[in-house]
Amino acid sequence: MFRQAKWGEPLLIELSDYRCPTGGSVPEGIPKELCREELLLPNVQEQRVIRHFVRLSQMNFGVDTGTYPLGSCTMKYNPKLADRIVSNRKIRDLHPLQPVETTQGILQVLYELSQYLAEITGASKTSLVPAAGAHGELVGALMIRAAIKDRGEISTRREIIIPDSAHGTNPASASMAGFKVVKIPSDGDGLVDVEALKSTVGKATAGIMLTVPNTLGIFEKDILEIVKIVKEAGGYAYYDGANLNALLGVARPGDMGFDIIHLNLHKTFATPHGGGGPGAGPVCVSKNMEEFIPVPTVEFDGQKYYLNYNIPKSIGHVKGFYGNVSVLVRAYVYIRLLGAKGLKEAAERAVLNSNYLLSLLNKEFYEIPYGARAPRKHEFVAKVSDKLIEKGVSTKDIAKALLDYGVHAPTVYFPLIVEEALMIEPTETESFEEIEQYARILNEVAEKAYEDPERVKKTPYNTSVGRVDEVKASHPKTLCVNWSGIRRGES
Amino acid sequence: MRTLTKFVEECSAGRLSEVLRRVGVNGIDELYRDLPKEVLLAKELSLPEPLKEMDLESHIGSLLEKNQTMGEFLVFLGGGLPPHYVPAAVDTITLRNEFYTSYTPYQPEISQGMLQALFEYQSMICDLTGMEVANSSMYDWATAAAEAIRMAIRVKGNKKVLLGANVGPERKKVIRTYLEPLGTEIVEVRYLHDSGRLDLSDLEGKAEGSCCLYIENPNFFGVLEKEALKAAEIVHTKGGLLIAGVDPISLALVKPPAEYGTDIVVGEGQILGGGLNFGGPALGIFACRADQSLVRQMPGRVIGMTTDLANTQRAFTMVLQTREQHIRREHATSNICSNEALMAVGALTYLALLGSDGLRNLALEIYNKAHYASKVLSELKDVNAPYFSGEFFQEFTIRFGSNGLEEIVRALIKRKIVPGIVLENDFPELKNTLLSCFTEVHKKTDIDRYAEALKEVIS
Repeated sequence: MFRQAKWGEPLLIELSDYRCPTGGSVPEGIPKELCREELLLPNVQEQRVIRHFVRLSQMNFGVDTGTYPLGSCTMKYNPKLADRIVSNRKIRDLHPLQPVETTQGILQVLYELSQYLAEITGASKTSLVPAAGAHGELVGALMIRAAIKDRGEISTRREIIIPDSAHGTNPASASMAGFKVVKIPSDGDGLVDVEALKSTVGKATAGIMLTVPNTLGIFEKDILEIVKIVKEAGGYAYYDGANLNALLGVARPGDMGFDIIHLNLHKTFATPHGGGGPGAGPVCVSKNMEEFIPVPTVEFDGQKYYLNYNIPKSIGHVKGFYGNVSVLVRAYVYIRLLGAKGLKEAAERAVLNSNYLLSLLNKEFYEIPYGARAPRKHEFVAKVSDKLIEKGVSTKDIAKALLDYGVHAPTVYFPLIVEEALMIEPTETESFEEIEQYARILNEVAEKAYEDPERVKKTPYNTSVGRVDEVKASHPKTLCVNWSGIRRGES
Repeated sequence: MRTLTKFVEECSAGRLSEVLRRVGVNGIDELYRDLPKEVLLAKELSLPEPLKEMDLESHIGSLLEKNQTMGEFLVFLGGGLPPHYVPAAVDTITLRNEFYTSYTPYQPEISQGMLQALFEYQSMICDLTGMEVANSSMYDWATAAAEAIRMAIRVKGNKKVLLGANVGPERKKVIRTYLEPLGTEIVEVRYLHDSGRLDLSDLEGKAEGSCCLYIENPNFFGVLEKEALKAAEIVHTKGGLLIAGVDPISLALVKPPAEYGTDIVVGEGQILGGGLNFGGPALGIFACRADQSLVRQMPGRVIGMTTDLANTQRAFTMVLQTREQHIRREHATSNICSNEALMAVGALTYLALLGSDGLRNLALEIYNKAHYASKVLSELKDVNAPYFSGEFFQEFTIRFGSNGLEEIVRALIKRKIVPGIVLENDFPELKNTLLSCFTEVHKKTDIDRYAEALKEVIS
């Protein structure tokens, strides 16, 4: 039975004397106007530091701990070879501003990776610079802006069309790039309403941002028509690759007509999620978008690899240096371990696993909204049924109850077009047995909640802490975002 | 079903058909039946044949051998990413599976470890900078600076932005990219050609109607902006905010930016135990004053301390989420979702290992190395080091009396020394000027070797 560690581990400042340095005063060469008088940091013995963090890690849950089917996040197994390779001092100790003659090895890896990603997406060129998926989205939106500007239409084409089922990052990215966001509704099958799209596009359309398969895990069957409608109206098609794991080696966004595609290497290409990051969000583009790609790109002139800054119409620099390099190297490792067949196998199994899990759920408690006949892809969305909701059980309660079994909850309350949504993505690296186990847990949690709603509202019991008071956490009167209050003995 | 990789479970044909039957299809391809025929890939992706783990390790190892790193080469490059030693214990922690294979702590009850670590990271950043609210990371220094300026624009409601001409050129470029859609007026404030510091009289003349001034301290030339407080006063008088980009290690000697009137602090946290990694992953430090008008406009995830509902136990969770994209969508303060959390845990571990004593001693060692280097180099004929007279921490400018810096650099590279950054590329007015950086990773003998090689090359 699952019992997460409960260390009650103190804060670092509670473990130490919290004091200024005892020796070494500030040298006279530091101007007196800037001389630091007080430097208060905890001073903790090394062994205690290690115990502190090992204990904290034991109060955390990762893919290596158990099933983690967080929808849209593709929590698959991260091959360990990559850990060893990125610890190589030939990467660790490599300064980004070294002359290219001294960095040929890493540039070759990056160059080859950019070629692989272009092949996988059906694009013609790749920028490895974006640090995360949302960063890739911003880069893509800025490229659309640059292309529209280049056509002299920036004063009129100000709208980006985004389905109501999209991730929040899409509208946020479009808005940061200066666009007005136009939301289009989903139809009864959870897909883009093609008629609504037709009446939405026009002279103001700069482009569309589309996640395929969408956040319900359903493929946009009218994808070719959607892209055509947008392009004929003079806009560009942007593919949010958050869900590309479903399609690796099966279909390519470039072949569907998309101009810009971002990838999440920490999802699709098995690089670790790091508790929130670092990820990497490379952007692959079609021929017509190449001239706007951010600088630098990694190139090969037949003799040597180099960084190309000479792209006159480029949107410019979007981040310091060249990207999250050690994350990029991990993705390279993944692609080289799997090859074309292995990537396709991963996609197919991810899709099978998701449909298998869906088939095992007790539909009395978990309804499957939208597209009854559409097969799901890498993920699916279930709705906690009214039968449970009417008993006073919330989706949140179900999520918390799951934690007591030593598994992570799915994404909850998303997409916004489904009330009481559970968005579930098991990935290809869970075994059938683990899928069955997760289904059993989901069903059992629902049954128990139905029988005893009061108990489920008090879950979880087996985690490091019981249910967290989130209202108090964000309330202006009780908000505490650093330990200075504790230092002063106020808490 | 035989599988091609060990990452996908193998199973018997019977088991597979049982699963397919349950799903209601005859084969996996039926699950793709809703894809238009035209988009189904007719052929296999053109990728290299897969390699076994052992073979791939040696293949990549042989590629990486072509890289020349510290050890084969003496590298005196800083430019926002000075090299620092990474204590082994940092790796031990950041490679804990429970940390590095987790994701954003959406379910706080099962993710207390990451949440507490990020809360502690935020606290350490507040201790170092004197700010009251830090977020749990941005992508890097440059994007943090750009987001800080966008935040200042939202807070102040006007679009005139002042940039010190002596801030990092790459940061300037990223800022320009991020601001372009807003139609911002970007005005550069000159630096003084003797000290390398910001020109306050120029600032005085340009500050009217601006929402913020972005400076770096030390600035890109390594010079400490000792008049930062006066700059803050000028900007504040005109109603703008001061945004300062800092080197967190320098803060062991240098006043916390809060004490010279800074409203938002950004910086590069990768130097805190993150390794160089050819420039990334980085760690964007972002912190501000507790002023509500600022906090409401902050980008990024913030972790707070609270209790469980029963109020019996301390607990941590994400707070102030109503600023963020998953709730506010196009009205969010930023689009950031995935950040650099693991880098923040690494930086926290680094700071915890060093403590105030260790960090102060490290900063002193760096200061002393750099000042030793300036002394040795200044003794060379035709070499003016430091060229700018302003006090410095770890990096300084070197002006050569004769032309041909490019050749000097090439000759040094032949001698396996990368001496620094040639400034003329980004600062055309700075002919024959080099920016060299010295930290604890450079031994005294390394610095002597640099000086001797330089002497040979220029004579």
